[in-house]
Amino acid sequence: MQPSIIQMIHNQRHYIIDNWLEEINTVQTETVGNNVPKEMDDETNRKFIEMIIDTLEYEQREAKGKLRGFVERLIYSGWPLSYFTRGMQSFRSVLLETMSSGEGVNSKRIFETFYEIETWVDGIVNQIADEYSGSWENTIQLQRHALNELSAPLIPVFEKISVMPLVGTIDTERAKLIMENVLEGIIEHRSHVVLIDITGVPVVDTMVAHHIIQAAEAIRLVGAECILVGIRPEIAQTIVNLGIDLGKLQTKSTLQQGIEAGLQMTQRKIVKCNTESASSVVIGG
Amino acid sequence: MGIQSNVEVQTEWGIVSARQAGRNLAKEAGFSSVDQARIATAISELARNIYLYANNGEIIIEFLENENVSPPRRGIKITARDEGPGIDNIRNAMEDGYTTSGGLGAGLPGVKRLMDEFDIDSRSGVGTEITAIKWLR
Repeated sequence: MQPSIIQMIHNQRHYIIDNWLEEINTVQTETVGNNVPKEMDDETNRKFIEMIIDTLEYEQREAKGKLRGFVERLIYSGWPLSYFTRGMQSFRSVLLETMSSGEGVNSKRIFETFYEIETWVDGIVNQIADEYSGSWENTIQLQRHALNELSAPLIPVFEKISVMPLVGTIDTERAKLIMENVLEGIIEHRSHVVLIDITGVPVVDTMVAHHIIQAAEAIRLVGAECILVGIRPEIAQTIVNLGIDLGKLQTKSTLQQGIEAGLQMTQRKIVKCNTESASSVVIGG
Repeated sequence: MGIQSNVEVQTEWGIVSARQAGRNLAKEAGFSSVDQARIATAISELARNIYLYANNGEIIIEFLENENVSPPRRGIKITARDEGPGIDNIRNAMEDGYTTSGGLGAGLPGVKRLMDEFDIDSRSGVGTEITAIKWLR
C-alpha cells in the first residue's frame, strides 16, 4: 500500500476507531445477540479494530499470523462469521468516508486510494472466511471420524459370542463398515456366533434388509453363525409386507434370547449358582 | 387437504429427511405405530429409487381429506416425482424379485402392499411419478 494512505490512516486513527466502534455496536446486536456481556464485546471490538490497523505496520506474513491467532480465539469462543464480515464491511465504509471527507486526497488519486483500500479489506475478509471454513471442515472431519467409530462396533460379550448393536439409519457407507467390521471382528475375537441387533434401526427397507442378508451370508462364509435380534413388531410387519424373505436367517426377538441361543450353539448355558456370593456363572463347554 | 411437505432427494440424506418428514406427518395424522413404520418404509423405498435411478427428484407428503364419502376419510398421500430415465417395463418392475440394480427387487411391489392405493406413471426418457395413499382407519 502507498505510504501516504498508511500515513493518513494513522493520522485519522482515533476518528476511524471511534466511528467504527459506533457502527459495530448496531451490527453486533443483530449478529452476536445478547449472549456476550457488553464489556467483553467492547473489549473485543477495540482489540479487533486496533489489530486490523496495526497489521499495516507489519510485514504481510506477520500480519497474517497475528490475524489468524486473533480469529482462531474468537472462533473457539463461538463468535459468528457474520460478526467479522459485517465488521469489515463497516470498517471499509468508515475508512472510505474518512478518506473522502479528509483533505489531502487528490481527486485524481481517489480512485487509486479506494482501490487499494478495497484490496486490503477484501484480503482480510478472505483470510477470515478461510479460517472459519477451515475450522468447520475440521469439525466435520472429526465428527465424521467419531461417527465412523461409533457406527458399527463388534463387541465380544462372551467367549466365541460377539454382538453388533446397530443404532440409527443405515446408508451405503455404513453398510460397508458393518460388513468390514463384522468380518474383521470375527477373525479377531474368534467368534462363532454373531448377534446383529437392529433394535435401534428406525426403518428396515429392502436396502437395509439386503445388506443384512449379505452380511449374514458373509458371516456364514467365514465359518460363523449369525443371529438377527431386536426385530420390533412394527418392523416385523413391514418386512412381511415388503415381501422380504429372511427365512435363511436365524432370528430372535431380543438380545437376551439371542445370547441364550448363542450359548446353546456353543454348548454352554447360564446356570444359577448355589453359593450366596455369585448369582450366575457361565460353565464352559 | 392441508399441510404438506416437499423433500428434495439428491443424496442419501434426502432419503432420511423424507422419511423423517413422513413419519412426523403420519404421527400427527394419528396413524398407529405399525402404519407409521409402513409409511416411513414406503417413503424410504420410493426415495431410494429416486436416488438410485434418477439421481434427483422430490418426495411430496400431504394430508388427504375426502369429505364426499361418508364417513369422511382421511389419510396420507406420498408423491414421488423425478425426471429420470423412466421405467421401461412397469409390469416387470412391479414383479417381486425383479431388479436392475442387484437389490432384492421388493421395492415397488412392497410399497404397493404397504400402502392402500398405488399408482405409477412413467415414460421412458421423461420421468416417473408414483403416488401412494394410506387411509386412516
